[in-house]
Amino acid sequence: MVATLDKPDQQRRAWDAAASVVDPEIPVLTIADLGVLRHVAVVGDHVEVAITPTYSGCPAMNIIALEIELALEREGFRNAKVRTVLSPAWTTDWMSDEGRRKLKEYGIAPPAPASSRRALFGVQQVGCPHCGSQNTELLSEFGSTSCKALWRCKSCREPFDHFKCH
Amino acid sequence: MAIANVQVSETPLVLYTLRRADDALILGHRLSEWCGHAPMLEEDMALSNIALDLLGLARELYSYTAQVEGRDNDEDKLAYLRDVRQYRNLLLVEQPNGDFARTLVRQLFYSAFADLYWRAMMKSGDATLAAIAAKSEKESAYHLRHSSEWIIRLGDGTAESHARAQTAIDDLWAFTGEMFTVDESERGLIETSVAIDPAGLRPQWLKTVSDVIGEATLAVPTNDWMQQGGRGGRHSEHLGHLLSELQHMQRTFPGLTW
Repeated sequence: MVATLDKPDQQRRAWDAAASVVDPEIPVLTIADLGVLRHVAVVGDHVEVAITPTYSGCPAMNIIALEIELALEREGFRNAKVRTVLSPAWTTDWMSDEGRRKLKEYGIAPPAPASSRRALFGVQQVGCPHCGSQNTELLSEFGSTSCKALWRCKSCREPFDHFKCH
Repeated sequence: MAIANVQVSETPLVLYTLRRADDALILGHRLSEWCGHAPMLEEDMALSNIALDLLGLARELYSYTAQVEGRDNDEDKLAYLRDVRQYRNLLLVEQPNGDFARTLVRQLFYSAFADLYWRAMMKSGDATLAAIAAKSEKESAYHLRHSSEWIIRLGDGTAESHARAQTAIDDLWAFTGEMFTVDESERGLIETSVAIDPAGLRPQWLKTVSDVIGEATLAVPTNDWMQQGGRGGRHSEHLGHLLSELQHMQRTFPGLTW
């Protein structure tokens, strides 16, 4: 079936299949929203996919690679090769606006755009994803996954995760 | 019964990446020992998160080491099937956790170095090392902020926390010099811009660490006698015990996977 499609069409279908994979820890975000999916190419009879890790030790990367292979196989691409590229290093600036919106709806404060080293060390202000208040405080730099910090809203009293600027 | 150790052809680049991989693995393992034991849940998660970052870094560096070596070693063999004298990590990172203050002082000393080191290594002429550096530089910055804030809180806290933090600083100080040493095998890599000369990082490291220690109302040690040996495989008695735990499953059930 794949062979009957012309090449641009195949490329698009391969990209769409890989891009539909969601982050196992944050299932409202696809790997395309996150900026983790860097490259999909149909080469001969196989598909080459490049992903970049968010954090060095992020255990989700193995699952994501496996999910990509399965998603491509469901679309008829049998020989997927997923490789990890380190350079350029992933940054939260690659997260799409759509991704930021979905994160907030899910209850996770999105990272501020254009994060820099200064932002990393400067005083952070993070809005509460539940009530929108800016009256919040950091509970812990390190949250339930590598990419998140734990915050609390002093207005609505709810704790929440913040996707760290990186 | 004994499982043979793998041999590593230690060309200068293999040895260089192996040393940094060992630093990351051993420190990551030490921090993971806190999992389930930290003074509070948030710290349990923080130390485990940092351990995970270091483990990820170790995997990248071991994989690259094996690739450069070009024989049949891989990341698992390098981690699980070398004995204590074949490990090349800094003496600092293998020091036992001790109390919470000692763990955080070790972390401050190391991450203040790692932050500068990886930022400088982003300019390495070796593309893989530069890519690994770009990733680690950001993570090290978080690790440094975490340990700095804790040292300030412990030093400027109660008499008890102050005393424990000062004792840890005094005890671990002699292990900091090794981070800035270079041997003959690394000299060539520095000359060809694959590596950077860590001696150049020491003034900034000392300033960062002194600023934190000062704000914590603690004292920077004045003794400058430094203990070395880890880079050459001469370790404290603590590393063997750590490895016996780290390698236990692979030594008992060779090739085990799950």
